[in-house]
Formats: sequence, structure tokens, C-alpha cells
Amino acid sequence: MTAATAATAATSGGLAERVARVRELGIVVALVVLFGVTGAVNPAFLSPSGLRDILLNSAVIATLAVGQTLVVVTRNVDLSVSSVVGISAFGGALVLADHPGVPIPLVVAGCVLLGAACGVVNGLLVGVARVPALVATLGTLYAVRGVDHAWAGGRQVNAADLPPGFLRLGSADVLGVPLPVLVALTVLLAAGWALRNLPQGRELYAIGSSPEAAVLAGIPVRRRVVSAFTACGALAGLAGVMWAARFGTVDATVATGKELDVIAAVVVGGVAIFGGSGTVYGAALGALLLSGITSALAVLRVDALAQTAVNGALILAAIMLDRLLALRVARALRRRRLRDAR
Amino acid sequence: MLALREVSKSFGAVRALREVSLDLAPGEAHALAGENGAGKSTLVKILSGVHRPDGGTLLLDGAPVEFHGPADAQAAGVAVIYQEPTLFPDLSVAENIFMGRHPRRSFGRVDRRAMRTRALDLFARLGVPLDPARPARGLSIADQQLVEIAKALSRDARVLVMDEPTAALSGPEVARLFGVARSLRDQGCAVLFVSHRLDEMFALCRRVTTLRDGAVVATDLLADLTPDDLVRRMVGRDLAALFPKQPAAPGEVALKVERLTREGVFTDVSFEVRAGEIAALAGLVGAGRSEVARAVFGVDRRDAGSVHVGGRRLRGGSPTEAMAAGVALVPEDRRQQGLVMDLSIERNIGLTNLRWGLLSRAAERARAADWAIRLQVKYAGLTDAVTVLSGGNQQKVVLAKWLARRPRVLIVDEPTRGIDVGTKAEVHRLLSELAAEGLAVLMISSELPEVLGMADRVLVMHEGRLVADLPRAEASEERVVAAATGRPA
Repeated sequence: MTAATAATAATSGGLAERVARVRELGIVVALVVLFGVTGAVNPAFLSPSGLRDILLNSAVIATLAVGQTLVVVTRNVDLSVSSVVGISAFGGALVLADHPGVPIPLVVAGCVLLGAACGVVNGLLVGVARVPALVATLGTLYAVRGVDHAWAGGRQVNAADLPPGFLRLGSADVLGVPLPVLVALTVLLAAGWALRNLPQGRELYAIGSSPEAAVLAGIPVRRRVVSAFTACGALAGLAGVMWAARFGTVDATVATGKELDVIAAVVVGGVAIFGGSGTVYGAALGALLLSGITSALAVLRVDALAQTAVNGALILAAIMLDRLLALRVARALRRRRLRDAR
Repeated sequence: MLALREVSKSFGAVRALREVSLDLAPGEAHALAGENGAGKSTLVKILSGVHRPDGGTLLLDGAPVEFHGPADAQAAGVAVIYQEPTLFPDLSVAENIFMGRHPRRSFGRVDRRAMRTRALDLFARLGVPLDPARPARGLSIADQQLVEIAKALSRDARVLVMDEPTAALSGPEVARLFGVARSLRDQGCAVLFVSHRLDEMFALCRRVTTLRDGAVVATDLLADLTPDDLVRRMVGRDLAALFPKQPAAPGEVALKVERLTREGVFTDVSFEVRAGEIAALAGLVGAGRSEVARAVFGVDRRDAGSVHVGGRRLRGGSPTEAMAAGVALVPEDRRQQGLVMDLSIERNIGLTNLRWGLLSRAAERARAADWAIRLQVKYAGLTDAVTVLSGGNQQKVVLAKWLARRPRVLIVDEPTRGIDVGTKAEVHRLLSELAAEGLAVLMISSELPEVLGMADRVLVMHEGRLVADLPRAEASEERVVAAATGRPA
């Protein structure tokens, strides 16, 4: 291979990555349009406190979307995240309300571990027992919520019952940025780095791209799938703490139905639902876009019911954009193949 | 180096391998011959750690080993090139090569630059201009195979197992592959070569082990055998001529393709196929043959030109329309395009016969049984999933699926790819019979003997253009090869 051909390959190369970048650029453009239009109609939307609210609102969903992405790239899905958020939020709040002396870091760690344990169960069901993820996690969605309800027995924990130090976690600023946003950002960067740079991360993509080939390549598929579900569960546990600290009022119904918001964010963010491609950055941007729209529609005084329809339209638009890009890429690859042949 | 001692393996009631012993020596290429279902693929999967034997032992350098999975086999230095390439379509070519053993740098990070340079090195060694950064999706089967070979090369394999690697390759690509295999062999690598092409075994290998019904018939030096001896060992009987095409009087024009163009793929392709005629579409892999077939059938849109079937013009872009006009397409990649692998045999055969979207179970079964018998498909029950069938039998099911519709024009893409000699002869006999019954057959094939033996007319494509249209009498090996490689005859 001569230097010249290597150079042309380098310039024309990275098609897959460029597409991913284009895909994420699309969401950024959508975000800019959204903020621009809404800000023009109502400048309060773009005020520091307005933006702060949007970021705070998206922090929990973004954290969950990052975890969900780890699972979705392996051609699986975790529907149980909302229930895990629920049990973690309620469990953490209950412990703090009943035993105010327990150190807060211990409670946070406990919640994350609880979430991870739920994730392990999902992972074993899917990776080892070979139950389809859709069914397995639908089962744990109900099971975990049921445990949550039994534990709560109708009880509700109020902000007044919680130590002020814990509630501050949900609203305190570090260097002008709300703590939950920092947490979400840290999670995002760590997961993004790992997926891109660590062999284990690359193997998750391989598993989602072709499970059979992954086995033949000697990838420990079961172990990786269990790890992905465990990480997703742990992040759901963390999101539960964030939820409890932010809202203070917690009962057994916390986060009910949020799994669909999370999956919507992931899909809108360009993560292929059949695995193998997509990034956590896209998923987080998707989460930001969806909560941005919710806030914008409220600011624009659009009926709350219409918001659901808008979210739906957005998911469809995202899928159509993906199809369009896939077709264009296919055409580009076809041309390239012909050129290579000559 | 690597040896099998009386290895057995059963799947349910089917005994795939019976006390098979095999020795692979360093610096030697060993051929594995046998008909479809003789147990070759099972043997390969035992060597690669996918299956574990029920009985017997594997010896590595004289010591017994157990492979608990593909990772163990790879660690022992066994690299396998499978018949069906196993790539990750979403990932880059470079990453496909190194998946499972990425080069690392600090903090355990994947070293992308090293991955890229090493991939470029490998492609330079193979002499192919593939871009390591492009995704594997959309690569032709030949290119996919090359990526697989690069993968095996990158592993510094001590044992290289090739399971019908040449099935999808054209002449120059096969020569390149053999060059690589020979150089690995000369470096002390043990090579196991599984193929249906006898000439290739003789060209590459020193010894051959023949399997029949899961048991070893014999291991011989190839120098002591003639191809006829080998065929007799494989099938246990003598075969009549391999390509029994009977001359048939061509009837009316059944398929007429005029100036067909798909931008960037093929240009200005015109030809006719008459009823009772077999026209072969020859050319190198990537010349655009399959793409022409897809456009004729309406899977891909055409940018210009026209297609007439039985005098009626097709609007194009609609397989339903083509099917209604009496065109059937048996695709090259039967796994992906021709069969629903998890459905039963009868369902698959019945699939093209949807009437108002409904299947009639009784009619379906009757028709399936009919065609399965006519094509001599080997199966336990018509309700078995197609996945459990061997390659040749899968191909027969695809054929049965389309023939059950009684088409007027049959397009077959590499109809005998990865099929053993016995089944191949059956497929040829069948195509010949069908043509005699008045079917127009357009056959895409990379195997020259098949083209020359079967075709009434040979159409040759080169880089997206139709460069020759030779009647049977004028078609010679030299002329077809010259046209396919773009040299003036």
C-alpha cells in the first residue's frame, strides 16, 4: 500500500463515524431551532434559570438513556429501568427518613448497588437463560414495581422527612452547574469514553451487530450482556437517588412509565434499536431534546396532551432520518466499491 | 500438530460424525472432501471450538486438549474461514479484523492507529485495495471473504481451516487466496481445506481425507488419485457427466432486457433469453451480474432501459409485478435472501404462493412434498426448520420454493455455490429438464465448467457492461475468460 492510497483512504475513511456525527449534528440542529424559536417567542425560556430547569429536567432521563444505550447496542432493551428508579428512589428516601443518621454516601452507594442487582437479574435472564429482553425486562418491570409497592404499603416520604443535606444534592450548584447535571455529564463522558476506547465497549457493538459472529470471534457474549444490563441497572439506581433528592416527595409510583421516555430519547438520539450502532452522546442529546420540547411547549402554552403527540412525531421523524441516511450510505458504499474495483 | 482421534458427534438422532480421525501436519495442506451432509461442517466446527465432541479426543502437539469455545480454539492457534462470512456489518473493516483481540495502548484503550496500519499491511499482503475504515456492510461476498482471510492472517494462525472459502470467489480471487494459503503452509502452518471443487484440492493439497455419512472413507495422497477416484470415494458410486444439458430447440423470446442501466452499478445491458434456453451470465465477481438480475426482478430500481417478459413490459421496481409476469429469482445468498431460516421446509416452499396473503395448509404441504421429492431434498420432516438442512438441501428448498410457482423465466444466481458434486449434478439435470419443458433460464455462475457445460448462450459482463454474447458453439474457456477480464478476444 503506497502512501498516496493510504492518504486517500484516510480522507475518505471513517464513513461509519462520519454518519454517526451527521446523525448527532441533526439533533444539535433540532435543539438550536427549538431554543431559537421558543426563545424568540418567549425570551424567559433562554434565561439562566429557564435553561437550568431544562438541564435539571433532562439530567435523570439522560442518565437513564446512557444506561439504556449500553443495552440497546447489544440488540437488547431494558424496560425495567423505570421500576428500578422507583424502588431506588423510594428505598433511599425511606432509609434516610427513618434513620437520619446513616451517612448519605452510604445511601447513594446502596441505591446504586440495588439497581445493579436488578440489572444482574435482567442480565442473567437475557444473557444466560436466553429469555428475549423485551419479555424478560417487561417481567422485571412489573416484579420490581410490585416489590416497591409492597415495601411502601401506601406510604409516602415527604421532603420534610429528609435530611437537608440530601435534598441539597438535588439542587446545589458546583461552579454554577447543578450537581445532577454534573453527575449526568460525568456518567455520559465516562460511558462514551469506554464505549469508544475500551475493547469491552467495542465488543458490545459487535454483539449487537451480529450475535453469531460475536460468538465465533471468541467474545464472551454472556458476560458482556450481563455487564451491560448491570451497568444499566446501576445507572437506574443512581437516577433514583437523583430523583429523590430533586423532588423530595417519593412514593411507590415514582417514574412510572418513564421507560418509554428513555427509549424514545435513545431512538431519537440515533441509537439503532436493532443494535450495533449509535452513541451515548446521541442518546443524551435525544434526552435533552425531548425534555427541551416538553418545556418549550409549556412555555408556548401548547396543550399538555399535544406534547405526547409531538414526542411521537419526533420519534417517527428520527426513524425516517435514519432510514434516509442508511440509504444514502448504501449508495455511497456502492459507488465506492465500484471505484475500488477499478 | 492438531489431530482428531475417533471423534464422534450427534445432533439428536442424527450422527453427524462417527469415530473420525484426522491428522494435520505442519507445512502441509490437507483436503477434506465429502458430499453435503457428510459431516465436513461439523468437523470444522469441532476444530473451531463451536461444537464439542461427544466422544474421542483432540490432540494438540500430541497432548489432549478441550476447546470450551471459539476463544479456546483461537488461543490454540486455530483460525477458521467459514463458508458464510461472519462479519459485523455496523463496524469498520479494521475493527472486524481485530474484534476480540484489539491492539491496546495505555489504560487498556483500543489502539486505532495500530489497528488501521496493521489492517493496511494485511490488505497489502493480500494485494487488495480495501479501505479499513469503511463499514463491512455492503461489501460483496468476495470482499467479505477477504476480510475473513485478513482476520486469519492477523492471528498468526498455526492451523488454518478454510471451509469452502472459494465458493463465492472468481478465478483471480481464488488464485490470490491460494497464494496466501501456500505461503502460510510454507511458513509451517497446517492447512485444512474444505471444498467442492476437485481441481482446487489437487492444486493446493498433498493429502485428502474423504468423509461419507459422517465417517472417514479414506485418507490418501492426492498424487495417487484421479479426480474420478475422488468422486467415487465421495458418493460411493460413479457419476455420469457432470453437466448433462440436452440441446433444446429455443422457442419464443421469454425475457428481453434492453439498455438496462443502474447508475454506478451497470450500464446499457441488453440481452434476450428464449423459452427452452439456458443463458449463462458469466464474469468476475463484482462485474454487476447479480445486480442486473436484481434489477430485472425489480428488487432494485433501474435508472434506464426496459424489461419485457413474454412480450409484456415490466414497470420495474416491483418484485410482485415480476413474479406475476412469471419471473422467479433464486438469489446467491440463500441465507439472507432466499429462505426464512427458522420456518419449516413446507412453509418456505409455500411462501411464494401466498394467495390474498393466505396460505392453505393442505395445499402447501402437498406441493412441498411434491417438489421435495422431485428435487430429492434430504430431510427428516417437512415441518423441520430450514436451518437444520445442509447447504445443498437448502438450495434445493429455494429452488422448490420458486418452481412451485411454475415460472416462465427462472433466474438462478450461483445455483451450485457450496453444493457437493452429487447435488450439483442433480441441480444441473433439473435445470436442463426445466429448460426442455420450455422454461427460460438465466444462470449466473462463476464456475467456468458449469457455464460452458450448461449454457446454450454465454453472456459475459465486465465492470458493469455486457461485453460478449456467445452462442454455445463459439463459447470457449479462452474467449469467456478474455471477455470477463476485459481483454479483446
